[in-house]
Amino acid sequence: MSLDKSLKVRVLVSVGQHPKSGRERRADQDSRALELALGMPGFSVGLLHAGSESPALREYLGMGVKAIDVLKQPSSADVVPALVQALRNDSPDLVLCGTRAETGEASGMTPYRVANALGWPLVPAVVSISRGSDGTYEVLQALPRGQRRLLKVRTPFVATVDPAAAEARQSAFGPAQRGQLQAVAVASVADPAANDLEFSPARKRPKRIAAARKATTAAERFKAATVKSASKGGQVLVKETAAEKASAILNLLVAEGVIAVDSPS
Amino acid sequence: MSSIIRKDPRKNWILRNRLHPLHQQMLVAEGAGNNAVVRGPSGLIRKNPHNIGFIGPNGIKRIDRLGGSGTVVAAGQRGEAVDTRLPLVQISNPESWIVVVPDLAGGRLTSHDRDVLGQARQLAAANPACAVVALVFGDLSENLADDSNGLALAGVDRLLHFSGDDWNGYCPEQELAAMLAVHRQLLPQHWLFPDTHLSGNDRALRLATRLEERPAMHAWQIRDGRVTCRAGSERNDVTRSLPKVVALLAECAMPVDDSRHEVLPMALPELPGVLARIQDAGAVAVDPNQIAMAEAGFILSAGNGIHDWEQFHEAARVLGATEGASRVAVDDGFMPRFRQVGATGTWVTARVYVAVGISGAVQHLQGIGACEKVIAINTDAGCDMVKRADLSVIGDSQEILAALIEQVKALRQPAASEGGRHHVA
Ligand SMILES: Cc1cc2nc3c(=O)[nH]c(=O)nc-3n(C[C@H](O)[C@H](O)[C@H](O)COP(=O)(O)OP(=O)(O)OC[C@H]3O[C@@H](n4cnc5c(N)ncnc54)[C@H](O)[C@@H]3O)c2cc1C
Repeated sequence: MSLDKSLKVRVLVSVGQHPKSGRERRADQDSRALELALGMPGFSVGLLHAGSESPALREYLGMGVKAIDVLKQPSSADVVPALVQALRNDSPDLVLCGTRAETGEASGMTPYRVANALGWPLVPAVVSISRGSDGTYEVLQALPRGQRRLLKVRTPFVATVDPAAAEARQSAFGPAQRGQLQAVAVASVADPAANDLEFSPARKRPKRIAAARKATTAAERFKAATVKSASKGGQVLVKETAAEKASAILNLLVAEGVIAVDSPS
Repeated sequence: MSSIIRKDPRKNWILRNRLHPLHQQMLVAEGAGNNAVVRGPSGLIRKNPHNIGFIGPNGIKRIDRLGGSGTVVAAGQRGEAVDTRLPLVQISNPESWIVVVPDLAGGRLTSHDRDVLGQARQLAAANPACAVVALVFGDLSENLADDSNGLALAGVDRLLHFSGDDWNGYCPEQELAAMLAVHRQLLPQHWLFPDTHLSGNDRALRLATRLEERPAMHAWQIRDGRVTCRAGSERNDVTRSLPKVVALLAECAMPVDDSRHEVLPMALPELPGVLARIQDAGAVAVDPNQIAMAEAGFILSAGNGIHDWEQFHEAARVLGATEGASRVAVDDGFMPRFRQVGATGTWVTARVYVAVGISGAVQHLQGIGACEKVIAINTDAGCDMVKRADLSVIGDSQEILAALIEQVKALRQPAASEGGRHHVA
């Protein structure tokens, strides 16, 4: 398929942190988003970051991008208005983000708010995007249990990339140093609601003890905490013919919905 | 009549003397069964040590010191009687609302849904006129809405059910419109969602965006009007005052287990026409062997009882199951190491796990602890896998797999001519 004009994809990237050491790095999901963007033929890829010019951003440059536009924002600012402003000026066809940041509150609201402000649809948990035949884009969405769903969307839209998407390529050191962090001065909007947030190191969540609440005697509590739910012992087929046994299995598989009967794709 | 307790010394004497010929008769006459009150000579209640316990099956006296919590006594009765005995909680004129949008994966309440409903009940408990509303999209599996089942026992007072073909696929924009309409109608105190990939999480974020609320995502504890959420990289917790929109992690609260609720259907609000900009083109067939073992929903697992490996692979392909293996099958070189299920392999979470020729060693059973339905195919009816399985067929694996392959092919026959499935990594 020949493309008359180059389409623009903007990837919103953030600074991540290593889950164990807490060291700054490229965010895993954002780099997957960049990987996805780099793999789309006919698109020119641009990166956008709102915040400070952290050296960790260079890891994205090392994936083969010339420059990142850094919208200078203080750490207390709400970055969405700045991002929306920049995207309006730039008017890309597609915006890709990670599902969830690695630092801060990490609620995953940014892509939704950006899409809402731009008035574009938001497609969550994407693993691949390709051009469909009728001008729409075919977006493959990751469902739980490794399943996939096909969606059709018209550009422009915002998509968040699922952690199940292809892993990002390595970041090369040389290109990372040569690339540009282009600072862009933009107005910043304070985020007063952030003052209510109280950060503390993650506490271990209490393990749930089964049915302990109902127990009245010590023996019951002990049993609830230790005994695994005893198997009720299922149905056992011994005398039937192989065909009958197989059909019993098949019935269960169909009842559980793991075998599609009427709608094979 | 005076309230003085009269004593009959003779009667008391006989009651105390087990060797007296009239002792038994007197006991019966006094109604002194095992737990009847016996008064001593001074009018004090006496405990007869000989009446404690019961005579066991082989004539030996047994004393049960478990206080009635023994397995045999407890099991039978409780399970069955639960529905009718739980008290029904009715809220006739609700003044405030808490809306829960359960996932209902496959039309059934997940344990995560129950936890979130349990949390909703805890929040609603502060105000006796506060009702918990379940907002449900898509079809429910049968008898979930029935009052002694599912939703009623999970703590749902009112039900808003958008059903029909329009609601079964992925329709986030339409769902958002419905949520906004419900919001306008009820002005709920809180919206609670299970924080699950693509369903609860996505809905919560869409709603919060439109309501211009800052949602509490990945919340795991609500206490004293403050909510604690897991922040980025799971390294920090964020605590804040409880907002309108909350997406809760699993095990955030205990599910409801001591009351029954009405599940009254409510009138659905008028929905504006929605322009769906995201079209659902349906599920895509995925090569089951590309799915990570730990995630796979349907696993066909092979053990030492498999002799025809070609046939096993074909069975997995025909059934569309992800392949698994026991350690012996892996050690013998028939399956790759990453397919091993069990303590030293992968801990799987499949909904359906079919164990073919696997004896069920503890190390293997550990790995399938989270599986919902286990099917065993084995020659040995006494093996541990059969004890664990919900359905066991005893017989030669080769014959049974052959019959199964044949039947599945027959079932798929009409569709088989439509051409190959297209595979996705
Ligand atoms: C430290 C340690 C860690 C381990 N970790 C794991 C682990 O992670 N995962 C794991 O799987 N094992 C593990 N094991 C090994 C485990 O103890 C068992 O040895 C192993 O699971 C047995 O595998 P199996 O059931 O396939 O073989 P077997 O025990 O030989 O059972 C074969 C079964 O097939 C049946 N059978 C035979 N012929 C047929 C036929 N024609 N048709 C139908 N059925 C037939 C038999 O009745 C028998 O029940 C571990 C062991 C140790 C010591």
